[in-house]
Amino acid sequence: MTGVVSYEDRLKGFDWSLGEKELGITKDGPINIGWLCTDRICRMGLGQKTGFIWEGSEGAVRTYTFDRLRVLSNTLARFLEKHGVAAGDRVCLFMDRVPELYIGLIGILKRGAIAQPLFSAFGEDSLKVRILDAETKAIITQRKHIFKVRRMRDSTPSLTHVFVVDGGAEGLKPGEYPLDLEAEPPVEEYAVHPTTAETPSILHYTSGTTGKPKGAQHVHYSVVSQYLTTKWVLDLKPDDIYWCNADPGWVTGTSYGIIGPWVTGTTQVVGDFGFSSDRWYEFIEKHRVTVWYSAPTAIRLLMRDGDAPVKKRDLSCLRHLCSVGEPLNAEGVIWSREVFGLPFHDTFWQTETGSIVIANYPGMVIKPGSMGKPFPGITATVVDPKTFEPITVPGRVGLIALRPGWPSMMRTYWRNPTTYQSKFKNGWYLCGDRASIDKDGYFWFVGRDDDVINTGGHLVGPFEIESALIEHKSVAESAAVAKPDHVNMEVVKAFVVLKPGFEPGDDLELEIMNFIRKRLSPLAMPQEIEFVAKLPKTRSGKIVRRILRAKEFGEPIGDVSTVMED
Amino acid sequence: MDDVTKAVLDYVKREYVEEGDDREVDADTRLISGGIVDSFSMVSLKRFLEKKYQIKIPDEDASPAAFDTVKSIVALVARFRGA
Repeated sequence: MTGVVSYEDRLKGFDWSLGEKELGITKDGPINIGWLCTDRICRMGLGQKTGFIWEGSEGAVRTYTFDRLRVLSNTLARFLEKHGVAAGDRVCLFMDRVPELYIGLIGILKRGAIAQPLFSAFGEDSLKVRILDAETKAIITQRKHIFKVRRMRDSTPSLTHVFVVDGGAEGLKPGEYPLDLEAEPPVEEYAVHPTTAETPSILHYTSGTTGKPKGAQHVHYSVVSQYLTTKWVLDLKPDDIYWCNADPGWVTGTSYGIIGPWVTGTTQVVGDFGFSSDRWYEFIEKHRVTVWYSAPTAIRLLMRDGDAPVKKRDLSCLRHLCSVGEPLNAEGVIWSREVFGLPFHDTFWQTETGSIVIANYPGMVIKPGSMGKPFPGITATVVDPKTFEPITVPGRVGLIALRPGWPSMMRTYWRNPTTYQSKFKNGWYLCGDRASIDKDGYFWFVGRDDDVINTGGHLVGPFEIESALIEHKSVAESAAVAKPDHVNMEVVKAFVVLKPGFEPGDDLELEIMNFIRKRLSPLAMPQEIEFVAKLPKTRSGKIVRRILRAKEFGEPIGDVSTVMED
Repeated sequence: MDDVTKAVLDYVKREYVEEGDDREVDADTRLISGGIVDSFSMVSLKRFLEKKYQIKIPDEDASPAAFDTVKSIVALVARFRGA
């Protein structure tokens, strides 16, 4: 790899203002991510450069220059304005990976509204709870998802506008409007809303151990972190063709699946199709992908299919590989070195951090299985779980802690400042993960510090699953915990106590699995249900998930003095 | 269309195709790579097959490629029914 600046050199005299300078912004001036990702790129003379290549599941390909992205996002911003969407209104994006999703985010930001991307595989309950919490005004969706939207509309009074990107006006109901970007009068010039550094930009929902999902609220200034991390960790350069596997319903899909590549003027390719080794390698070969940002779950599935599908293709175009979602095991790094001649560089961050905070950098010695080192400008450590003081002994496990203040740090949880404040101890932001630091300063991931389940790189809250489970007619009470899985790291396992009159069995297990899949999402669906007579509880009646989880992982159960016996 | 193909196709259409999705789904339609069934939902499809046909499909055989079309699923069922 040529022209790589060493990690140590990046650290010297680092200041976030470097990002501001390169982007031509100041902290107290106007900052709009939508404008920076399109108009600014065009003003740099890159208007005719290809910014976006999209390939659908049936093989259709659409190509957009940065100027086309600029005009289409202007058109969308004007469309929203015409329909009464004001600055600060929440606009949900609920679509598969179609071009309107990517252009939609940029258009919403240009309008000054707050984008609320949600994973299109969410069932109506998952969708409803997030729309209610954000008091979302409008949703942009596809025909294939409109039934889920319709089913929740009676109970989501804030949602006055449903914009449908395909199929025209036929069959639409009151409050539903066709949004055909190509048919709308193109808006060459649009007065982008004068957002500033602290103007809210994106709301990404994330799950915790207790309570409803929380909306991590980000601001336009986050672009400074996203820009620098894209350049230095993903190593995007002007001639790169970049592919990020993540869906923009999750933070990786916006920070590095939309903002990162476009704010650096990079061509990105998107495939609106599911997993298939053959199809993925064919996609890389066909589009000559040079930088690939993937996830451990996908990498493990590729490993499972072996080297043969790789050998069928010319993948010599690849020059840099990164991974995010859950820790990438050493085998994944070693395997990718063998088959691609390149290691996957693991990166660590989360919805709340908005950008990569710990990473393996291009040019840095990779210790396979390690998370790497903190990004310049990020003060990271592990702290003692009781005193919240930094641990200085190499190899001792503590909680990953970050000193707040980097540009893309969430500013709050949407209308939930109490939970936001609870994330800080002794001046540190606690990520909720456990790790150790070795003598060379490399971080090593150990696991979550709470009951949240990390499945395929996505966090799933047990409370949301348990709440849905008891809505099934047969379920009296339940507990959802993580179970180890060789592909997804963890999957959901549910322990269920049945109501009188119901018998455990395969039929009922499958029925409950599908019930959760449709209500919440495939990620939340228990991959296994164990019917039990009772659940371990404290004397005050609280279910002790850690006992169930420890059994699944074959770990010591720990202190059970508060657990009720009967 | 044989009975197994019909049963699997009906189940896929009923359980995994969104109500508003007007795509035609037949025995050759790409389910996993086409984004109709994701890798998580594959587990419930596998469970359905095991229950209906009284078979056990080992995890190593339940790959995205083996579940990518109704045709390939039927072949998988035939393999384990005959085992």
